[in-house]
Amino acid sequence: MSAQLSSVRSGAAEMPGEPLLSIRGLRVGFRKAGSQFEAVRGIDLDVAKGEVLGIVGESGSGKSVGMLAALGLTSKNAVVTGSVRFKGDELVGKPAREMRKIRGARIAMIFQDPLSSLNPVMTVGAQIAEAVRLHQRVTRKQAMARAVDLLNLVSIPQPERRASQYPHEFSGGMRQRAVIAMAVANDPDLLIADEPTTALDVTVQAQILAVLRSLQERLGLGLVLITHDLGVVAGHADRVAVVYSGRVVEQATVSELFADPRHPYTRGLIASIPNLEESRERLFSIDGAPPALGSLPGGCAFHPRCIHAEARCREQDPPLLDLGGRFSACHFATTLPPFHGASLAAASLETGSLTP
Amino acid sequence: MSRYILRRLIAMPFLVLGIVTIAFLITTVTKGDPLTAIVAEQQMNNPEVVAAAKARWGLDRSLPERYMIYLGNLMSGDLGTSFITKRNVGTDILYRLPATLELVFAAMIFGTTLGIVLGVLAAYFRNSLIDHGARLFALFGSSLPVFWSGLGLLFIFSVMLNWLPGPGRLDARLPLPPGITGFLTIDSLLAGNLTVFKDALWHLLLPAFVLGWTVSGTISRLVRANMLDVMSREFVLTARAKGASEFRVVIVHALRNTMVPTLTVIGYSFAYLITGAVLTETIFSWPGMGSYAVEAARALDFPAIIGVTIVGGLAFLVTNLVTDILYVVANPRVRLS
Ligand SMILES: Nc1ncnc2c1ncn2[C@@H]1O[C@H](COP(=O)(O)OP(=O)(O)OP(=O)(O)O)[C@@H](O)[C@H]1O
Ligand SMILES: [Mg+2]
Repeated sequence: MSAQLSSVRSGAAEMPGEPLLSIRGLRVGFRKAGSQFEAVRGIDLDVAKGEVLGIVGESGSGKSVGMLAALGLTSKNAVVTGSVRFKGDELVGKPAREMRKIRGARIAMIFQDPLSSLNPVMTVGAQIAEAVRLHQRVTRKQAMARAVDLLNLVSIPQPERRASQYPHEFSGGMRQRAVIAMAVANDPDLLIADEPTTALDVTVQAQILAVLRSLQERLGLGLVLITHDLGVVAGHADRVAVVYSGRVVEQATVSELFADPRHPYTRGLIASIPNLEESRERLFSIDGAPPALGSLPGGCAFHPRCIHAEARCREQDPPLLDLGGRFSACHFATTLPPFHGASLAAASLETGSLTP
Repeated sequence: MSRYILRRLIAMPFLVLGIVTIAFLITTVTKGDPLTAIVAEQQMNNPEVVAAAKARWGLDRSLPERYMIYLGNLMSGDLGTSFITKRNVGTDILYRLPATLELVFAAMIFGTTLGIVLGVLAAYFRNSLIDHGARLFALFGSSLPVFWSGLGLLFIFSVMLNWLPGPGRLDARLPLPPGITGFLTIDSLLAGNLTVFKDALWHLLLPAFVLGWTVSGTISRLVRANMLDVMSREFVLTARAKGASEFRVVIVHALRNTMVPTLTVIGYSFAYLITGAVLTETIFSWPGMGSYAVEAARALDFPAIIGVTIVGGLAFLVTNLVTDILYVVANPRVRLS
């Protein structure tokens, strides 16, 4: 397989030091019945080769829309501006024909709902083979053989038989495995997984994450893991970007973020991780609700819910400040009081992966 | 799955019996006197002639008796003799049916193609000019009476522009090809007569379009609604994320998922047209079942009326059965369970 795959790799020059994916000032606006609102208001983030970046944020904060926009997959009424560079190559504004050569080949994306991610009237094998044939010059038969290999790669038993079955004959976890197999069919450099486990039950979630991680390590994939679950981030990500109402408000390595969060919103998120040992109840939750996208408050979008907010926060929207390799978009990023929720939160995370 | 089809097959004879019975009873509730179709007007006052006619056609017997005799004849494939043509109704229908079927098949080609293409375009370009245009086209198709659209188009294309021939199946000066399938287009091709083929095709064009237009609206609306539903599903996004072209996404992934309900409505439209082609046939002087039925009804030709009703009902039943079987075959979720 690797002989075929290596021929597909594009000849884009890989500049040393340049991250695999680099997003700067990405904005996505939607026109809807005359009115216009921004779902993404300037996302900045980097993903290095072979790195796992976790993206966390509340529902509706623009995580999915941001990543879809990066791949040119937003709906027709969306206006995308800013810069998305993949291996130094600008993707925003790239002609559709050229984007198609990148999608599924160099950058793959999988979605939340494995139940509806597969075409119900095509066999699973045919769908994986299609992904192969869209980017590689192989015969139908070779593509099908590759599909079986891929099903095997994601630990689906009896892959030959399974390849000829329809999605409804697969369980939810198996479907998500098949979707992952399809995503890595062309040995991409970057995989964006949009809440790949949210729709699955807990035991299956762990298996799917394990499959993703082992593939990521074996294939040297850059992985963007979008999730609601800080536990998943703690267990699987190298770095984290925290998104609040369409902006990245903090970006840091996992250990830095949990040990010393530099944005009040991140602190709230960490403190509100459910404590498994004591009860299912949340220890803490952030007061209020995220703002409606059409009517953002002036200044920092988080200030109405922030316990540290001052006059300045109502007037100025803080930029994402570089704090020496990590970033925070808070006026008081360097002067916030020490954080005590971390030990509590760390105790509630099953994994010991917080300490590197 | 085969169980389901078997059940449907077992039900068929009972449905057929029901159709026969109803067709037979309908003729008894009409006010008209069939004798007027048989006996010349001057002879109506002659009791001997009337009695002889009654005895000849079995009208002197009781209803149950007549019903049993009719059923008996039907078993041996005899649909009775037409009052008017004096030929066997079965022979008459066998001669007329292919004309109707040819028209309906051609109409379905128009209706299905137009319906699917417009439905897909309307869904893909939702709320655009294309969508509104398709909606208007569908609205006209399903609400304009056929005698209006048929006569209008005949006037424009045949009388004014002289692009298409007038009513009828074939130019009267041309020889009929040897009847093999009864479809003039196919028979002429089999006979290698391109002149006849071309003429038959030109004659077929307008009535087939008029008839197809009536069902294209239903099909395009259904395809549009289903496409909108399917296009918003995640597997469409997955297909795009794979790098598939828009054409591939729409046709291979989305449209294929709407085929099951579309197939059903196509089947039912076909059944509807077989019995619903009456007006079109009359306007275009199409020598099919529909015009035969109209003539029979006008003359109170009971054997012909019953015969047409039975054959029409049968065609309806068979088409629906085939549709349901195709539904099962096309749907992996049903097929495999
Ligand atoms: N096609 C669209 N047209 C208009 N608005 C949209 C469209 N797609 C998304 N939005 C809006 O953009 C906002 C961000 O949505 P997005 O799906 O990115 O949130 P998210 O962070 O992924 O949330 P979740 O965790 O629930 O998936 C939401 O308010 C959503 O309603
Ligand atoms: Mg989302």
